[in-house]
Amino acid sequence: MTGSSSLPVKIGLEIHCQLTQLNTKLFCSCYCNYREKEINSNICPICLGLPGSLPILNKKAVGFAIMISKALDCKIPELTVFSRKNYFYPDLPKNFQITQYDSYGTSTSIGKEGSVKYGENYKIARIRRIQLEEDPGRLVYENGRTQALIDYNRAGVALVEIVTEPDFVDPKEVRIFLNKMTSILEHLDVCNTNLEGSLRCDANISIGNGKKVEIKNIGSFSDIEKALTYEITRQKTMTIHDIEIKAETRHWDDKRKITKQARSKEEEEDYRYFPEPDIPKILLENISLIKTPELPDERKSRFINDYGLSEHVAQVLIDNKDLADLFESAIGIYHSPKSISNWIVSDILAFIEYDSSGKKTLTDEMKIDAKHIAEIAKLVDDNTINRPTAKSIISRIIKTGELPSDIIKKEKQTTTIINDETILLESIDKIFNEEKKATLDAKHNPTAINFLLGKIMRMTKGRADPKITTILLKKRLDEV
Amino acid sequence: MSSLYTLNIEQVTNGIKNGEFTSEEYVSQIIDRIKKVDQKINSFITINDNALVQAQQIDKKISSGSKVGSLAGIVVGIKDNISTAGLKTTCASKMLSDYVPPYDATVIKRLKDKDAIIIGKLNLDEFAMGSTTEWSSYGLTRNPWNLDYVCGGSSGGSAASVAAQLCTASLGSDTGGSVRCPASFCSVVGFKPTYGLVSRYGLVSYSNSLEQIGPIGRTVSDVKKIMEVISGKDTNDNTTIDTRNNINTNHYDSEQKNNQKIGLLRELINGADESVYQCIYSAIDKFNKFGFTYEESSLKSSEYALASYYTIATAEASSNLARFDNIRYGFELNPDDYEWNTYFSKTRGNFGDEVKRRIIVGSFVLSSGYYGKYYLKAQRVKNLIKHELKKLFKEYDLLISPTVPVLPFKIGEKIDDPLKMYLIDINTVLANLAGIPAISIPIGFKNGLPIGLQIMADEFQEKKLLDISEVIEKSININTSYPDLY
Repeated sequence: MTGSSSLPVKIGLEIHCQLTQLNTKLFCSCYCNYREKEINSNICPICLGLPGSLPILNKKAVGFAIMISKALDCKIPELTVFSRKNYFYPDLPKNFQITQYDSYGTSTSIGKEGSVKYGENYKIARIRRIQLEEDPGRLVYENGRTQALIDYNRAGVALVEIVTEPDFVDPKEVRIFLNKMTSILEHLDVCNTNLEGSLRCDANISIGNGKKVEIKNIGSFSDIEKALTYEITRQKTMTIHDIEIKAETRHWDDKRKITKQARSKEEEEDYRYFPEPDIPKILLENISLIKTPELPDERKSRFINDYGLSEHVAQVLIDNKDLADLFESAIGIYHSPKSISNWIVSDILAFIEYDSSGKKTLTDEMKIDAKHIAEIAKLVDDNTINRPTAKSIISRIIKTGELPSDIIKKEKQTTTIINDETILLESIDKIFNEEKKATLDAKHNPTAINFLLGKIMRMTKGRADPKITTILLKKRLDEV
Repeated sequence: MSSLYTLNIEQVTNGIKNGEFTSEEYVSQIIDRIKKVDQKINSFITINDNALVQAQQIDKKISSGSKVGSLAGIVVGIKDNISTAGLKTTCASKMLSDYVPPYDATVIKRLKDKDAIIIGKLNLDEFAMGSTTEWSSYGLTRNPWNLDYVCGGSSGGSAASVAAQLCTASLGSDTGGSVRCPASFCSVVGFKPTYGLVSRYGLVSYSNSLEQIGPIGRTVSDVKKIMEVISGKDTNDNTTIDTRNNINTNHYDSEQKNNQKIGLLRELINGADESVYQCIYSAIDKFNKFGFTYEESSLKSSEYALASYYTIATAEASSNLARFDNIRYGFELNPDDYEWNTYFSKTRGNFGDEVKRRIIVGSFVLSSGYYGKYYLKAQRVKNLIKHELKKLFKEYDLLISPTVPVLPFKIGEKIDDPLKMYLIDINTVLANLAGIPAISIPIGFKNGLPIGLQIMADEFQEKKLLDISEVIEKSININTSYPDLY
C-alpha cells in the first residue's frame, strides 16, 4: 500500500459570476435584476427565444468582462466571437446556450492566461480563461405537483465564467482564493455577491495520477470546502483499495453532504459548438481601454501605507468590501484610522453573521453605519467613555441604530467615565470604610492597592477613570 | 375600374392618392381574386382579415388630407416565415400551426410605416427548406403558368401569388436561392440583397449567416420600391450594416448605365439544359445592343459551392430548429405524464421529412470529430468563393447565369430524390455564400414554362444591379400577359 495521504491533490475551479450590476440582460433589454419579479414577467421575444428573434449584444457586459479579465491579469485578444452550445433542456429557451468556446485553433474568450495572488503567502492561481455567456431559466418544483414549472425571468442574464488551472492543493486554499475573488468582483462593482445565486462554482479534482472528477451543483461557497473534503476522502479511500477513479461528473448533495454520480449520459453529450452567426466579431481593442476601479491589492497597500494599518487588519477589511467601505466612510468623519479599523475588525465583525454563500455580510438589520463607528472611536479616544462601555453601546446600537452621542447625553450617569475628583474621593472613602483591613495593608503593599482599585471600579460599574483614581487612592492612603 | 389587380406599385399608389380608386376598392378586388383563384394554386396559408379595415384607414387619411406613406395602399404578401404580430406565422410546419407572434419583423414594421397593407401569409417549403414548395404542411403551391408544374421554392407562395396577381408584391426569404428560384419558375422578378442590407429580425432563422429577406414583384421597378423601404441598419439585428458608408465607397454613376462590363459564368451556363441555354443566349443578343461589353468568364470554385452551402445551411438549421420543442409555443399537446425527453421526441416528430433530414445532416456535420472535416471545410470553401468572386468583380461590373439550370418540372418529379432537388440551387447558392446581391428577371418561355436570368453584383452594388436589371428587362421586353386562372 502506498501512502495515500501523500498523494498530491489538484483542484481547479469554474466560477460563474452573474453581472448583477448591469441594467439589462446579455442579449435583450429585459432587466438584469430578475429577483422577486412575478414569474415569467421579465421576458421578451429575445430571451424567450421566440422564432425570428435575434440576440443584441450588451456592450456594457463585454466591458465588465474585460474589467474582470484585467483585474485577473489576463491577456485580452483583439477580437472575440460567441459560440453556440447545443443541448436540450427545458430551462434553455432556444435549446442552445450562447457562450464562448476555445477550440479548432481559435480562442473566443474575453480574457486568457491570467493569474491571481491570494492568501498570506501570495500563492498564485493561474486563470485559464474568462468568457461571457447567458444564464438559463429556472425549473420550479412545487409541492404536490408532478410537473416542473419553468420561470424564464433569469434566462439571458449575463454570466462571466472564470476558469482556473488546477492550481489548488487543498480545500482551504480554495476557500481563501474564493474570498479573494469575491472581494475583487465586489471592488469592480460588477457583481453584488450577496445576492443568492449570483456567484456559483463548480470544481474539478484529481489525486495522484487519477482521472479528473468534476463536481457540480455546489450551492454556496461555504459548501465547496465540504464537497472537496468529501471528494478527497472518497478518492483516497478508492486509491487505497486499488479501485480505479473514473473521469466523471458528480453532483453535490446538499442534504446528505456527499457527492454522487451524475447520470452517465451527461458526460457523453456532444455540444456541437459552432460560431454564433447572429453576433458579428467583436473588436475588444477600444473596449479594453476601460479603466478598472481600485482593486483589493491596491486598496490594501493604500490602507497600510496611508493609514498605518497592520497587514492583518488591512487584509480583514479588504476581504470584505463592505467593511473596507465602512472603514473609509468612518475615517472621513473622524480621522483616526487605527482606532476605527480596530473597532471594526475586533468588535463590529463579531456581530456580522455568515450568509448563505458562507461570507460575512452586513445586513439591513444591522443598524450601524460609519457615523456610529466614528463616534464610538472618538468618545473612547477622548476618554469620555471607556472600552467596556463602548462595547456595550455597540451591542445595543447595532439593533437600535441610536447614535452613541445621544446615548451618553441621555444616560450620562451610567455611561461616561468618572473623572470628577470629588465624586471619586467619595467612592474611595466609602471603600476605605468597608475594607478597613485592606486599607491598612495597602499602605505598604501595592497589591492591596490594586484590590482597592478593583473594588472602586466595581462600585462605579467600571466608569471610574483608572489613572485618576489610582493617583487619588495613593494620596488618600497617605492621609489615613 | 376593372382589373386593378394588374397594376404595379406606382400605378396603385398614384391611383389611390389621386382618387382614381380607393384603397378599399383595390383591396376588395384583390381579396375577391384570392378567393376565386388561390384554390387553384394554393399560394396563401393565412389571409389577413384586417386588410380591409387598414385600407379604409388609408382612405380616411387621404380624404382628410393627411400625409400617407410611399407605399400607401399596395398589398404585400408575406412569406409565412416572417413574423407578423397578431397574424399566424406557421413556417408551413405543424410545429407552429398555432403560433401567433407577439411582434412584427422589422421589414413588416417598415412596410406598415409606409402604409403598405399586409394581405396575408404565403406558402413555403417547411421552414424554407426546399426548392419546389412541395414540402409544406399546408399542401403544395402550383405554378400559375401550368398547374401541373412546381412553382419553385422555397418562397413558392411569394412568387406564385405575384405571378397570379394576388398581391402587388411580396416578401420572400433567400437562403440559397429561395427567392430567385421561384421567381424564375413563375416569371416574376426576385431579388436577394447583400447580406446585412435588410434586417432579419423576425425572420424565422433557417441559416442565419446565408439568408436575407428579399422582395418579389412583377417588375424591377416594383422590387426597387420595396427595397427602398425595407433596407437599412436595424438596432434589432447586429448583422445589419450601415449602408451610408458602404454605398459611398462603391460609387456607381448611373450616367454610365450602358458602359457596363458583363461576364457570363461558363461553369453555370454549361450545366444548363438546352432550352435554358438557348434562352439565355437569345436574351444576351437582345441586351447586347444596349452597348454592354459582354464576355464569358469562369468561376472555378463554383463546383464546391453546393456542398459548402448544404453543409453550412444544415449545420445552422440543426441548431436554429432546436427551439421548437412545443414548451413555450407551438401546438396543442398536453405534457402530462411525459418525461421531458419523451415529450421533446414526441413533439419534434412533427417536423416534415425534409426538415428532419436537414436536422440530422446538420447535427452530423457539427458533431465532434467531424466538425473540422465538414463545417470548417465548408467555411473555407465559402471564403474561397467570396475571394474568387471579389476578383471577378474587379474585372466585371456584373456576372450573369441562368437562375436555375432547368425548366420548371412536374409536381412530384424530384420529391423522392434529394440530390436532384438540391441541384436546382447550384447557380443561386453562390450569392448567398459570398453575401452579394443577386436578382432573377424573366427572359422568356419554353413550352409555356418560364426561364429566368440571374444577375449578380459585388456587395452593396444594389443600385447598379437594379438599374442595369431594369435596362435588361426593357431590352428583352417579354410578353407580360399573366395567366388568367379563372
